[in-house]
Amino acid sequence: MDIHLQTLTELASGLENGDFTSVALTEALLDRIASLDDKLNAFVTVTSADALSAAARADAARASGKGGLLNGLPIIHKDIFCTRGVKTTCGSKMLDNFISPYDATVVEKIAAAGAVVLGKANMDEFAMGSSNETSYFGPVRNPWNLECSPGGSSGGSSASVAARFAPAATGTDTGGSIRQPAALTGTVGLKPTYGRVSRYGMIAFASSLDQAGVITRSSEDAARLLGVMAGFDERDSTSVDRPVPDYLASIGDSIKGLRIGIVRQHFDAGLDQQTGVRVKDAIAVLESMGATTVEVDLPNLDLSVPTYYVVAPAECSSNLSRFDGVRFGYRAADTEDLLDLYCRSRGEGFGDEVKRRIMTGTYVLSAGYYDAYYLKAQQVRQLIADDFRQAFADVDLIAGPTTPSPAFKIGDKVDDPIQMYLNDIYTIGANLAGLPAMSVPCGFVDELPVGLHLVGPHFGEETLLRCGHQYQQQTQWHKACPEAFK
Amino acid sequence: MSLDKEQVQHIAMLARLKLSDEEYAESVEKLSKIVDFVDQLSAADTTDVVPMAHPLDMAQRLRPDIVTETNDRDRYQENAAAVSDGLYLVPKVLE
Repeated sequence: MDIHLQTLTELASGLENGDFTSVALTEALLDRIASLDDKLNAFVTVTSADALSAAARADAARASGKGGLLNGLPIIHKDIFCTRGVKTTCGSKMLDNFISPYDATVVEKIAAAGAVVLGKANMDEFAMGSSNETSYFGPVRNPWNLECSPGGSSGGSSASVAARFAPAATGTDTGGSIRQPAALTGTVGLKPTYGRVSRYGMIAFASSLDQAGVITRSSEDAARLLGVMAGFDERDSTSVDRPVPDYLASIGDSIKGLRIGIVRQHFDAGLDQQTGVRVKDAIAVLESMGATTVEVDLPNLDLSVPTYYVVAPAECSSNLSRFDGVRFGYRAADTEDLLDLYCRSRGEGFGDEVKRRIMTGTYVLSAGYYDAYYLKAQQVRQLIADDFRQAFADVDLIAGPTTPSPAFKIGDKVDDPIQMYLNDIYTIGANLAGLPAMSVPCGFVDELPVGLHLVGPHFGEETLLRCGHQYQQQTQWHKACPEAFK
Repeated sequence: MSLDKEQVQHIAMLARLKLSDEEYAESVEKLSKIVDFVDQLSAADTTDVVPMAHPLDMAQRLRPDIVTETNDRDRYQENAAAVSDGLYLVPKVLE
């Protein structure tokens, strides 16, 4: 099989058997990126020289019988992860000149496992967006239809994996930013439990919601990569000190007897009818493999998007106050005084959506409005988390659609923030409650991919990955490759 | 419109954002829509509900108060727009 079509797991055995070297593999993928990425705009930075030397080191390590779990395997980092000595932009003009002086923990762990980083993926500015249109570096295009969005904010990551630029990419998910782009590009996207993967060196958007995860083509690859990324990190104050299971150990087990919750409201009028049919078909496949379905209720589901759009902007307005034009990042020219320096550097350095969210957050936290908005939202967030807690008393996971419809056209929703926000209606709940969740390709509507969304209880990643893997043993959706990228 | 231009100017000032006149007009419209949208929260019954402090119900972890970082000022200042003798330069604050 062509080298670029192989999964991380297949490439690992190819390298192990000596079928090809990491240098040859890296060269082949860099060539693809050089010739095809002008169609997609998936990269902010391609790190060819670093990649080739990492590949050579990996080959040498293998020759002497050494090498980590990802030795010689290619990966792409979302440009939200700090990479020492490499430009780290977070999709913003504000950080267009920022060379990170340190590595994120995720970057460090993946490098220590021997992986070869091909570059930094384009993304919505500061991860704020669902279409990759808010990036300072221009929108990313969907490999399945170049007029469509690949989703966001991890749009460069999802487009790259779908276009076979690399078998895997890192992503981050604050309201659906891994799972929604995975669904819209026919890839697997996993957002782990809050605290499972370190946030150190991952540029903060909304700290109580942000979580790093992976985009791959198979659940097996997601399990392999998560095993490397997960674990306690004392440099992240919300990192959870709990052993990391071997995610690959149980994915081969049957899902017979697995109790799957179905939320009635997920299939209401807001869902595209054809998308609903694909998702129901996927659930039927799981039933045919011995899983049972139970109807569960999430009565406060409708409130999850408004809750998110109070909590996330509030945290964003605090986190982004660090960008002041003084210590790093964009600085406006010819400023009159210090206040003018702050206001103009921020006014010129941030894009429209980021400014909108900073202002929304500033408003809901301001004197006189704090109780009505922020405190109220944190109470409703508790209700939403309680709904999930009750549901998970009866079921092992919840299945439904990842998004209300397949990929939308670039430009279609960009003028209406509320329409854009509602694209995350099915994914946001998992962030508010800190739950692990994953999107798995489950078919096509009008030649655009559809995602099956699986949500588990806290630290239920093994169940999600096993269910995803077993489903992918019975289906071929994840093997489909967009015509122009075969 | 739930917000007017004066309110948006106040918010922008608090957020230290300089906006153009066009941006103000658009912000009044779009921020008002967002505020109207999140206003549906006011209808939720949250009597006696404790606001969430942490998604995993955990307490903040503490670490021993010991020095763990080395002084890497020069390297960090490579990203600054203007520095001199290890100090960050900004427009004059005192006359």
